[in-house]
Amino acid sequence: MAELLFWPALLAYSEAAVAYAGSLRDAAYGRAATWGVRLGWLAQTALLAAQAARADGFPWDTWGGSLNLFVWLVVGAYLIWGCRPRYRLLGLAVAPVAVALLIVARIGGGTGIGGRSHYSNLFLVLHVGLVLAAFAGFTLAAALSALYLWQERRLKRRAPGILRLRAPSLATLDAVVARTVAVSLPTLTLGIAVGLLRLRHSGAGLDAVIWLTLAAWVVYGGFLVLRFGAGWRGRRAAYLVLAGFALVALVRVGLPVSHFS
Amino acid sequence: MTTLRLVGVSHHSAPVELRERVAFDRAQAGAVAQRLADEVGEAVCLSTCNRTELYLAGEDGAAAEAHAAAVLEPAGAALYRLQDEAAALHLFRVAAGLDSMVPGEGEILGQVKTAFEVGATGSFLDRLFRQALHAGRRARTQTAIGESPASVSSAAAALAEQVFGDLSGRTILLVGAGKVSDLAARNLLSRGARIAFLANRSADRAEELARRLGAEPLPLERIAPELARADVVVASTSAPGFVLGRDDVAAVLRGRRGRPLLFVDLAVPRDLEPAIGDLEGCYLYDIDDLEAVVAETLAGRRREAERAEAIVAEEAERFRAWQASLDVVPAIASLRARAEEIRAAELRKAEGRLERLSDAERSVVESITSQIVNKLLHLPTVRMKQAAAAADGVLYADAVRHLFGLGEDDR
Repeated sequence: MAELLFWPALLAYSEAAVAYAGSLRDAAYGRAATWGVRLGWLAQTALLAAQAARADGFPWDTWGGSLNLFVWLVVGAYLIWGCRPRYRLLGLAVAPVAVALLIVARIGGGTGIGGRSHYSNLFLVLHVGLVLAAFAGFTLAAALSALYLWQERRLKRRAPGILRLRAPSLATLDAVVARTVAVSLPTLTLGIAVGLLRLRHSGAGLDAVIWLTLAAWVVYGGFLVLRFGAGWRGRRAAYLVLAGFALVALVRVGLPVSHFS
Repeated sequence: MTTLRLVGVSHHSAPVELRERVAFDRAQAGAVAQRLADEVGEAVCLSTCNRTELYLAGEDGAAAEAHAAAVLEPAGAALYRLQDEAAALHLFRVAAGLDSMVPGEGEILGQVKTAFEVGATGSFLDRLFRQALHAGRRARTQTAIGESPASVSSAAAALAEQVFGDLSGRTILLVGAGKVSDLAARNLLSRGARIAFLANRSADRAEELARRLGAEPLPLERIAPELARADVVVASTSAPGFVLGRDDVAAVLRGRRGRPLLFVDLAVPRDLEPAIGDLEGCYLYDIDDLEAVVAETLAGRRREAERAEAIVAEEAERFRAWQASLDVVPAIASLRARAEEIRAAELRKAEGRLERLSDAERSVVESITSQIVNKLLHLPTVRMKQAAAAADGVLYADAVRHLFGLGEDDR
């Protein structure tokens, strides 16, 4: 019965996606969009809580399950800023992605209740939880960087409508991206460390997904060094964050082939 | 019955040469309102650079209009006259900025408030102006009519916010000390920016404006080195060629460690080489770009104005319903007074039989009889007010007077 919570979550995220699109024409839709995201996130939280309560072990150790948790983390991270009117444009990217990934998670069996887990130790919980949280942060940083590039392009092109459809300022986006990566990278570091410890314990070797994750770690680490050490800002910094996200996306796509196979 | 009259002149009906003949400052507006109120009952004089309007409330509408027309006589044939619902709707539109030259301009709401404060108001105009101010505030908070800049200098400041966010502490370099620079500087200052440097060919002029803005005066030759510290450069000199070139800017970019730099060129001929806009982290807007931005935002304001009109119409309807309810207020008051009179008389008659009651019991009897009267009269009162809103108030009031035998002197 509790798995029916998937539908209100999907419905609310879908409403938010439509309302965000509508808010491009009429700002009044922005509120409906924000409430859609909030309600969807609450419904998904309830779904995850029900999954956690009924599962035998860690309920998100399948590809579909981890995707469900990942969507929840991304939307949760978005909600930190998303309620502010100027960040509603970001919702235009986040809400449809949340809808699409939630449907994929459903198809992959990640939204069911009472599944059996292959693993249940604390290491796995920490590893999956920390890595997914970091990935959610990187996803949001990528969306913010894309918004930066879009806003920067409008300013460069001197678009007459620049003040009609207002986005966050370049300086704000730049700072928020740097802060998001600065929080996500240590989280990823911990997640990788826990995963490597578990790997060592089980005697397994490094697979392609782990190498890709390490490559993403290097890119984001490089970003932080360049951003705070050499004063890298603007377009170059945004492209670097997007490059890191490309690796994160590859990892997510590659997970069913290696980790969950 | 109280009637509302409006006599006025505005930018729609008269050029500035006519409007200035009937313009009043705050003190004069107060005096005019007081003088008119002595004649007609209540009066408010709203006088801004775009309009002078007299709002009058009293029993004799025609006389009120004549007094107001006499005050505004120098405007002659440009005067317009409105009454009751149309006059109220007009004031609500004015307060919402819908009747302004630039739709949604924010200053008018404060001007309406000032006119109200110095006016000679009674219950009628008090209600009208409070509701107009409420309508104006609603239009601004519930639509985006006042959000976008309506002038080139405010557009420049809004663009700076698009690049830097909060402008508090941001460093501005002004190139040129003319009126245009001054206007741009004021807009940036009002948003928290700091005018750090002011460069001009004429040192005297630069020093004077720099002193006023708290900036450091510079000769034109020293602009380039100071670019390393500036966030926004506003140029508006009358120089025949470029004051700042691409190479000058490129030379200082390295030291800025990626910090963006906004250039605003308000001069014709232009002061800043267009190729500056191609440099990474540099954003260049000339006067044409800014005018295009303003035109676009004004179009947006006009779209929002449609939504604001709906809000204003809603508020005007609420005022109309209130005004209509005034038709039945005397009848309701008479009815309630008659009921209370009967209640008190019946209690007095029963005084002998109630003697044995304690104070507490006597108070219960008082309370019960009052409640019976109130409950009996509640529905007729509500229905009469509803009928008044639907324009049948006078009929109902007459029926009540007839049925309950209320005296003609109660009208």
